[in-house]
Amino acid sequence: MSDLTQLYQDIILGHNKRPRNYGALEGYSGKAEKNNPLCGDEVSVYWKTEDDRISDLRFTAQGCAISRASASIMTELLSGKSKKESVALFDAFRTLLEEEGGAASEEAELGDLMALSGVRQYPSRIKCAFLPWQALLEEWA
Amino acid sequence: MSFDVTKIREEFPILATQVGKKPLVYLDNAATTQKPQEVIDVLDSYYSETNANIHRGVHHLAEKATEAYEQSRREVAQFIHAATEDEVIFVRGTTEGINLIANTFGNKFIEAGDEIIISTMEHHANIVPWQLFCEARGAVLKVIPVSDAGELEMDSYESLLSERTKLVSVVHASNSLGIINPVKSIIEKAHGVGAKVLLDGAQAVGHFPVDVQELDCDFYVFSGHKLFSATGIGVVYGKYDLLDSMPPYQGGGDMISRVSFEGTTYKAPPGRFEAGTPHISGAIALAASIRYLEKQDRAALLDYEHELLEYATESLSEIEGLKIIGTAAKKVSLVSFTMEGTHPHDVATVLDADGIAVRAGHHCTQPLLQRFGVPATARASFAFYNTREEIDKLAQALTKIQVLFA
Repeated sequence: MSDLTQLYQDIILGHNKRPRNYGALEGYSGKAEKNNPLCGDEVSVYWKTEDDRISDLRFTAQGCAISRASASIMTELLSGKSKKESVALFDAFRTLLEEEGGAASEEAELGDLMALSGVRQYPSRIKCAFLPWQALLEEWA
Repeated sequence: MSFDVTKIREEFPILATQVGKKPLVYLDNAATTQKPQEVIDVLDSYYSETNANIHRGVHHLAEKATEAYEQSRREVAQFIHAATEDEVIFVRGTTEGINLIANTFGNKFIEAGDEIIISTMEHHANIVPWQLFCEARGAVLKVIPVSDAGELEMDSYESLLSERTKLVSVVHASNSLGIINPVKSIIEKAHGVGAKVLLDGAQAVGHFPVDVQELDCDFYVFSGHKLFSATGIGVVYGKYDLLDSMPPYQGGGDMISRVSFEGTTYKAPPGRFEAGTPHISGAIALAASIRYLEKQDRAALLDYEHELLEYATESLSEIEGLKIIGTAAKKVSLVSFTMEGTHPHDVATVLDADGIAVRAGHHCTQPLLQRFGVPATARASFAFYNTREEIDKLAQALTKIQVLFA
């Protein structure tokens, strides 16, 4: 099970079981839904902004542990962030999962997302990790 | 058991391979089946000894390839008990077969306001072509509901039938839940109102013998790759008079009788429906897999698969939090299930680490899974080369999942 414990690290399993900021948000300033047509995973993201920065970010999901954990971590990491900062974080996350030896330099700012680095070994699951991020960033004007 | 599963497994080379350091446990047969060595050999020898284009050359190889291709058509016809080989059209697979029927039979015989009946348990391949057709033509799509056990609700089916019904298109055996539908009764009732019937046999032909004349279906479609043969080859069966009344599917070479700018005439079936160079090696490999199957004691294979299904159903039912979706009595050998607290994708990834291949997701049957209130299931689907030991490995690995995600 050693490969599996790389993928399903305790941090991931914890976020999956007790996701942070889970549930719909009343009076949101933005909402996005995205699904993965291959597997049927669905995520909804709700956010409020103040001065163009995220002041509240929540999600609901029907999805695997990877997408739920990624969404949960995203809601924590992007608190107080601008769109530009959020895009930069997602780019760093993509580098981590898609490029060989990627993201060592971004380790500090990626926080709990580093626990998702094991997904790199499972190319078919990378899209699960990106789903909530793409939902938010494609819709956030 | 009147056949030797160890010997059978030796005939499928991929079954002896490993995933990482674990022996492959291949339980994704509803997605595609593995290929016996003799089918692989036929593909190889076609390209090294026979390859030529068909129906147009006069040289030795062209005649040899044409004869092999047409011999395959005869063997497919015998396999499904068609009245003549002219009722067998080679296509890319089940999906193309259904699209062919929508674009030929549909365009000719289904008008605005006419009705097509499908069911809740259809594969997207037997939903979307009809949605596209109905949108273009103004025809109406009706859907037979399914019960909690996953069976078609036949009373509802009867009440949907009317003289407006032009086609009933249903799956013979469900890819998602394994349920075998009462197709004979479905066909009789449809014919009672003058409707034609198309059966999607993708999950049926690899498991049990099919006799299209005995069923009296008007169309039957299936794929070669789920029948231990190559991808990219499939079959449309249609009653000859019906095929002969239908317009061409695609235009091109090999489907014409005579071409001129004043007007082009078309070949008789099946040639009318096979424009361009077909998947010659695929058709030949399909006949090879049929010969492979016909050499076996098919009743014994079916009994054995049924034993595997019973054993898997029992073993999996004992796992806490595991729920089997589709509990009807008549099933092909597959088990679709959910696990409390663990998404099917995670189930499949954990199983993969033990070399066990299952499918996770909606199985291209989203409306059916919506009916059961789940976004996805994990599906273990068996063939006659699977074993009870493999099911034990599946059950053990599933038990580990409970611990990991607890």
